[in-house]
Amino acid sequence: MSVRHALLALLSEGPKYGLQLREEFEARTGEVWPLNVGQVYTTLQRLERDGLVASDGTDSEGPHRGFRITAAGQRELDGWLRTPPDLSAPPRDELVMKILVALRVPGINVHEVIQVHRRYLVELMQEWTRIKETEASADQADISLALVVDAELFRLDAVVRWLDAADGRIKRAAGPVAEPPSTPAPQETGKVMKLRIGTGVRR
Amino acid sequence: MSVLDMHHVSRVYGQGVAEVHALDDISLSVDAGAMVAVMGPSGSGKSTLLTIAGSLEEPTSGEVVVAGQELSRLSRNARARLRRRSIGFVFQDFNLLPGLTAAENVALPLELDGTSARKARQAGLNALESLGLADRASHFPDQLSGGERQRVAIARAIVGEHQLVLADEPSGALDTANGEAVMRLIHAACKRGMAAVVVTHDAQLASWADRVMFLRDGRVTDQTAEPAGPESMLGQVP
Repeated sequence: MSVRHALLALLSEGPKYGLQLREEFEARTGEVWPLNVGQVYTTLQRLERDGLVASDGTDSEGPHRGFRITAAGQRELDGWLRTPPDLSAPPRDELVMKILVALRVPGINVHEVIQVHRRYLVELMQEWTRIKETEASADQADISLALVVDAELFRLDAVVRWLDAADGRIKRAAGPVAEPPSTPAPQETGKVMKLRIGTGVRR
Repeated sequence: MSVLDMHHVSRVYGQGVAEVHALDDISLSVDAGAMVAVMGPSGSGKSTLLTIAGSLEEPTSGEVVVAGQELSRLSRNARARLRRRSIGFVFQDFNLLPGLTAAENVALPLELDGTSARKARQAGLNALESLGLADRASHFPDQLSGGERQRVAIARAIVGEHQLVLADEPSGALDTANGEAVMRLIHAACKRGMAAVVVTHDAQLASWADRVMFLRDGRVTDQTAEPAGPESMLGQVP
């Protein structure tokens, strides 16, 4: 989460005080990303140093010092919004590593290991769904919170789906009938080769 | 109060070497007001569990009690009556009768059970209205969107004095928004005192339930713990 760009976004609406920025940041992110006031002022000082925000010129420090976005800050914000985050390299996922390791450890039932993680993820999803349900019955729906909850549910759901797929794949691989591939394996791309090397997977 | 009780239920298909244990010693209890989700891969026994709970199929062994009545002690006709009066079904493909309007589809189980056409229609309209479908009452299924058809199917499942909703992948054919709407409606029906069992392979659907049971090869392998409060999640995102 880029606090720097979130503060620029809030200042693009008009000049604000530091304390106000912190409150609005938390409200806009559905209060799931707590931010301490020290982080806000440190970030504002750096933004001012880089010419992306300007303070109101008073000498006062702390909660009564106002900030506004500069033209350079607006350009920085526009560029950031349109730049996709780098998702090209697969993250070193701890859960993936655990399942890969579980496959190799003697005496470990990998299906049981998968189920422990699946249950934990579904329990987390139940809690997020309960937030969604409570929020929907509130007088004023909080769109930011709803979007954050959806993002978490989809993220956790993707992990459960991967576990389900892994569970099935491992079960089939251990089955009595192992079907040989009917077509030659496709040429591996550079990225997949690197991944294979990175995770230590051998064929 | 328990609406559905399954005690040591097993279902075996075939004999000898062809014997398949679709369900193996399943016990499950669902109270009024509770939603239980049953998760598992294809072939894990989810749908068999639902058809046995709904008295559409008999177990090989074990006992099933719905709304206080033990199914094995009931005649075929009494079981059919119990189904019409107490159980609502929701399927992935809606199962609405194409020649009947939305209101007629919803009223049908009541009429079959002997309720007068006028009263059944009124109950059907009330159920549709509670799901925001009053203006679709005179439409035929092919004039409704997928989401609307499933809401009609839910209205049919909760109409009258139904106590138990049994849903098989109820949002499987719907997009995310409509799928969520379907789960909200089933959840709301539970809040009003119905019991529900939803079988699904979809974790997002299952996460609406108070309790999630995991089925594998016909056996319950695991279930979720008692839920924590929603406040425990706030402030947890990195």
